[in-house]
Amino acid sequence: MITAAPRHLRASYDVVIVGGGPAGLEAAVAAQAGGATHVLVVDREAEAGGILLQCIHSGFGLHRFGAELTGPEYAQRALAQALEHDIDIVTDAYVLDIDAQNRVKLMTTTEGVSLVDARAVVLAMGARERTRAAIRIPGTRPAGVFTAGLAQRLVNLYGVLPGRRAVILGSGDIGLIMARRLTLEGVEVAGVFEIMPHANGLNRNIVQCLHDFDIPLHLSTTIVEIHGARRVNKVTVAPVDAALQPCLDRAWEAPCDTVLVSIGLIPENELSQQMRLRLDPVTRGPVVTSAMECSRNGVFACGNVVHIHDIVDFVSSEAALAGFSAGQFVTGALPPPDNVRLLPGENVAYCVPHTIATEREHTVYLRARRLLDAPTLRLVDGAGAIVYEKRLRYVFPAEMVNLKLRPAILQHFHGDVLRVELVRHTDPRDESTQGEAAP
Amino acid sequence: MDYDVLIIGGGIVGCAIARELTRYQLRVALCEKEVEVGFGATKANSGIIHGGHHAAPDTLKGRLEWEGNQLWDALAQELHFGFRRVGELTVALHAEQLPALDKLLHHAAIKGVPGVELWSPERIRRAEPALSPAIIAAVYAPTTGVVNPYEACYALAESAVRNGLALLTGFPVERLHRYNDGWEVITPSVRLTSRYLINAAGLYADEIAGLAGVRTFTIQPRKGEEYLLDKRLQGLVKHVIFPCPSPVSKGILIIPTYDGTLMVGPTAEDTPDRADLRTSTHGAQTVFAAVGQLVAGISDKDVIAQFAGLRAPASGEDFIIGPTAQPGFLNAAGIQSPGLTAAPAIARLMVELLRQEGLTLTPRDDFVATLPRPVHFATMSTQEQIALTLRDPRYRRIVCRCEYVTEGEVLDAIARGAATLDGIKFRTRAGMGRCQGGFCTVRCMELLARAGGMALTDVTKRGPGSWLVRTRDAQKEEP
Repeated sequence: MITAAPRHLRASYDVVIVGGGPAGLEAAVAAQAGGATHVLVVDREAEAGGILLQCIHSGFGLHRFGAELTGPEYAQRALAQALEHDIDIVTDAYVLDIDAQNRVKLMTTTEGVSLVDARAVVLAMGARERTRAAIRIPGTRPAGVFTAGLAQRLVNLYGVLPGRRAVILGSGDIGLIMARRLTLEGVEVAGVFEIMPHANGLNRNIVQCLHDFDIPLHLSTTIVEIHGARRVNKVTVAPVDAALQPCLDRAWEAPCDTVLVSIGLIPENELSQQMRLRLDPVTRGPVVTSAMECSRNGVFACGNVVHIHDIVDFVSSEAALAGFSAGQFVTGALPPPDNVRLLPGENVAYCVPHTIATEREHTVYLRARRLLDAPTLRLVDGAGAIVYEKRLRYVFPAEMVNLKLRPAILQHFHGDVLRVELVRHTDPRDESTQGEAAP
Repeated sequence: MDYDVLIIGGGIVGCAIARELTRYQLRVALCEKEVEVGFGATKANSGIIHGGHHAAPDTLKGRLEWEGNQLWDALAQELHFGFRRVGELTVALHAEQLPALDKLLHHAAIKGVPGVELWSPERIRRAEPALSPAIIAAVYAPTTGVVNPYEACYALAESAVRNGLALLTGFPVERLHRYNDGWEVITPSVRLTSRYLINAAGLYADEIAGLAGVRTFTIQPRKGEEYLLDKRLQGLVKHVIFPCPSPVSKGILIIPTYDGTLMVGPTAEDTPDRADLRTSTHGAQTVFAAVGQLVAGISDKDVIAQFAGLRAPASGEDFIIGPTAQPGFLNAAGIQSPGLTAAPAIARLMVELLRQEGLTLTPRDDFVATLPRPVHFATMSTQEQIALTLRDPRYRRIVCRCEYVTEGEVLDAIARGAATLDGIKFRTRAGMGRCQGGFCTVRCMELLARAGGMALTDVTKRGPGSWLVRTRDAQKEEP
């Protein structure tokens, strides 16, 4: 594997990119394409590539490369491309703060804490996992409770196992992947417990990681207590009712020495908060324009730090946009500001970007709040008039919806707010079914 | 005799006594069953240095609460652990609670605790606008402080070790025998002898006393659940907020901890099980219902961590400190709230009691009261950080991204006694932040393994039995 040797840092860069995962590496190359000359990528690990480096399973890159790559293979392509473009990459390093003048407070193993001036910044810090504490499972606090991603790191990068008999809480993709991985490593996976009535991960992962290995998936079921004084020795599991409250009279115990928690990701926005950027309370990532610019000029963001993506291919394309914009910002070529706000409406949890320009083409990413079969995606103006609609096959919270918005679609729209809605398809002859869709 | 004094139990009380004894020309040892000190009741302590006016003046608790309170400033200055006098408010919601406030004022007057006063609702509102408007009065005490209890315990132990204490962690005491004019102490790996024994065994103090033939009290474990809240709520209250006390506990408090994070709790529930450290749905409900009466805007959604600890009250509820029918065997037992506050005073009292029991105390002229100040990267100014990292490359790598802990700080913690993941966490805060160790766990495991010449499979969370990872070879024999 090609790795980036640390080199002498410049005192100033056109663009500094925080995070050397797929988002950061892609943004770096795009920043040059946008007009930047000196680009620095800062990564906290010994090797750039981000979390992909521990994702040794395949399934990455189908959209982008038309090939089924492993995580490290995908990361390697991104890294090789960055190195070809002579991007400075400093690893084992950390961005501690960025002040209002875009002065980056940097920690490196060669120079310690130093200050580097940046004309533009791209935030690409990725995400972290929600932990046991986020859902307050009662019980003891023994060793043996890991987030699924930490377990993945231990197994795939350190060659050790988290235990001998595991249960998995939550059906997020990392948990599903780890169910298969642990089984292949000889760890018994006693079951996956999901509090919701449907699985949280991608369908292909349910099939390939659980069904193919006869690992039971218990829906509408959760862990209500963790036992063990020093190391986990069992969990108490119970089905939940419609209000997601555990039915303790139907609880049972599952002996295990390991609990993996796979209950979702949270954008890693400690730095964004320090910088006082505006955050979206739903995505928990920065509010961004169609150029992926945050609420502070010259600060851009992309990838999982903005919102959690299902697949890395979309991270890369979003990062290319953010990086290109950062490069344009440096040369003063950033297109004029957006003129329309996008608001999540019915059954839409969020949409990114938060604003668009009617005269340009955009990819809008959105997530449904609940499952709908054959819904209609609508854009509605401030007065409630439908500006655009499109039939979809289905929408489901675990799968992001991509909407291509072309100037032609909005050529007759002159407002400044568009609401994005996902509504049950209605027959125009049946007025009674219009409006709020049933859950 | 191997030692003049051997202390059983390395909690805050045992460590405070050990450090006090190392001021004299004595051979002192401390046996702790866990692999690190402070891993029992101490690490789950609420971290409050009580104002001095809570416990009744005619009890030993009451006397030592106020004596101990006054010793913390000097200790924190010498040993550099986190301590701040933030003050407290004990609040009354109903007229029937006013006598309890009068009692606190009365205690303060008798003991001479300065600055304790009754506050009107207006005054309360001004100082703590987030508190419930239903509060009709409060007793304010400026003397109350907050401390990181485990930091204090580690610092006391380290100071004692630097002054000659033989600290024996991972040495559970199994049997005690009279031996010449002292005692023989049997642990699974070693047999030690000492002229005097001090029982500071916390939850197990009655069992240790029993080994010496002293059966005058029992310990009734009382569980407390605590809930740490998200940083978002920092500053919501500035003082430690107490409800009016009940007979068994001081009630459920709102604590602005030394690190700034709010903590709510503890519950108070007797349990027969000395290992019962479970948190429960019921406990959370109790805590948040009680807190909801005092302040709006805190809910169980804000919890970032939860834990339970066990208090070690003795039958009779007062401290049991002093000699027993067995010559040379002294108790420091039944140390419940305000035990942390009283610990430095308990240590002084114990030295005095040993003198009365015939121990010759000759002060040493080479006792060093201070510890080197630990590096705390996160709270340094940028200029200080630049200077530090320029000088010392060990501090050039961030290990914990939530709390900005550097590799050098973790290495310092290991050099100063951390032997487990929890030991690192409590000393450096690595793993205490929002990601709860998702990022730093492996790095800390690697550093521990490297420092101890171990494999990752030998690293534990908090000692034997709390292993973290296994090898891929399932047939391999494992501890």
